[in-house]
Amino acid sequence: MTAKDAVSTFIHDGDFIASGGFGHVRVAMAIIYEIVRQKKRNLTMAGKTAVHDLDILVGAGCVNKVEVAYSFGHELRGLSPASKRMVETGQCKVIAETSNAAYQWRFLAGMMGLPFIPSRNLLGTDTGKYSSCKVVKDPFSGKPINLIPAAYPDAAFIHVHRCDIYGNAQIDSIVVEDIELSRCARRLIVTTEKIVDNELIRREPWKTKIPFFVVDAVIEAPYGSHPCEMPGMYYYDEEHIAEWLKLSRRPEGVDSYLQKYVFGVDTFKEYLKLCGGIKKINYLKRRESLREPMIAPWRKEA
Amino acid sequence: MPITGVADGKYGLREYLAFIGASVLEDKRSVLVGTGLPMIAAMLAQKTHAPNLLIIFEAGGIGPLLPELPVSVGESRTYYKAVAASSMHDVMSLCQLGYVDYAFLGAAQIDMYGNINTTVIGRHDSPKVRLPGSGGANDGGSFAQKLIIIIANQSQRTFVNRVDFLTTPGYLDGPGAREKVGLASGSGPYRVITQLGIFDFEAETKRLRLLSLHPGVRTVEVKENSEFDIIMSDNAETSPEPAVRHLQILREEIDPAGVVLGK
Repeated sequence: MTAKDAVSTFIHDGDFIASGGFGHVRVAMAIIYEIVRQKKRNLTMAGKTAVHDLDILVGAGCVNKVEVAYSFGHELRGLSPASKRMVETGQCKVIAETSNAAYQWRFLAGMMGLPFIPSRNLLGTDTGKYSSCKVVKDPFSGKPINLIPAAYPDAAFIHVHRCDIYGNAQIDSIVVEDIELSRCARRLIVTTEKIVDNELIRREPWKTKIPFFVVDAVIEAPYGSHPCEMPGMYYYDEEHIAEWLKLSRRPEGVDSYLQKYVFGVDTFKEYLKLCGGIKKINYLKRRESLREPMIAPWRKEA
Repeated sequence: MPITGVADGKYGLREYLAFIGASVLEDKRSVLVGTGLPMIAAMLAQKTHAPNLLIIFEAGGIGPLLPELPVSVGESRTYYKAVAASSMHDVMSLCQLGYVDYAFLGAAQIDMYGNINTTVIGRHDSPKVRLPGSGGANDGGSFAQKLIIIIANQSQRTFVNRVDFLTTPGYLDGPGAREKVGLASGSGPYRVITQLGIFDFEAETKRLRLLSLHPGVRTVEVKENSEFDIIMSDNAETSPEPAVRHLQILREEIDPAGVVLGK
């Protein structure tokens, strides 16, 4: 299946979507760009540490509602001009606040087929008040306890290191919350650096984090996390991210970025060529393995 | 008055804050760190007086030997030569279970009880400035035994009577409040670090109290740069000064590109 087919088949206007990885680490960018290209609208997104993934989708006008654990920021790079502006101008609504652990446990409850998970965070705060959680009396101890409701995203997309044609997916890094998300999502698109033989998966089954029966589509997307990091393979393309952060300070800049890198190309391969092709990729590989020094081109733009 | 060493050009303010941040972390403890200065402080502590400091990242990295400054708390640097690389569920469960000594966070606003805001400036439904939200901060502030907060720009806009949004719990509205709402007893804010000094919380009132002034800073500046009354202890000490090797490690090993520490 292609990214184009997967998005048109499994992601619909108005869906509640979630992106795997960690916002700018191991992100299914081929799917994100395709959602923009197909002009999906009125999506609600899980801001479960959402960084570059959410910034692009909010900036492009695809996502207009967010449940926020961490959103509208680029971690060390500072705030995200595009999605921050969309919220401050009322074009994107924050429908609830929560925390990273609480979001993760929403997925855990979903994965376990339970209505909620009890927890001891969010208590006593505005984050709790503005969340979808409820505080009740623990019937055992009599003390207050927070209940985190299950989440079942309509569609999720997760980028992995390797996967077979059936959807058995292996991740060679921290899984963040992808074990839970992959199981609680109603529809799941997996993009993979490489499609491998089922034989290879069966040789090291302990590496499989997502089994085939929860997967709806598998798409081979080499370097498919670009400009985000793919752990162990390639680092962030800081120059590209800096270009986005600079351009996206103005709405017209968002348009010109999307025109160039999303609407102006048909495939992820063409996009990669535009971003510097194999020469850039080789640099990002060296950077990932600490053979190139750290650069922070976005720092000047801050 | 700026910090003497900063005025003399010996080090930058952020370098000094990173050093102070490191100095409050004890060896053989575990610390959940946020992006930026907290990460740098933990790295410096690990490379100096606290070689057995267990650095923990919310996304799954446990006990790395950080080779350079990570951009994200979820990237591969955060489990470089680590003892484990697992998941958010694993790390957050360990935090909730009480395995984590310190949570070390930044904040946009703080009140006298150490409650912090990283969500929004202005009203939630019509924000003046929309900030990223809790991330793992509420979890760190709820679960860790000791919360350390760093704010590089103490002023009447950041030390406020009432935070615009209570993202992460400090002592809420005073003694006993954390326990009353169901948070783990005995936990809460431990230190606050700003460009003026180091603060702790008075045991009886759970209110912010000056612990030490940075070299060259006067008490009156601490008072002037806060909307609420800070408890002044009679014997506020002077904060320590970094040695040459601290600055060397910061400049040569941790942040040679000056991403956070540079001007």
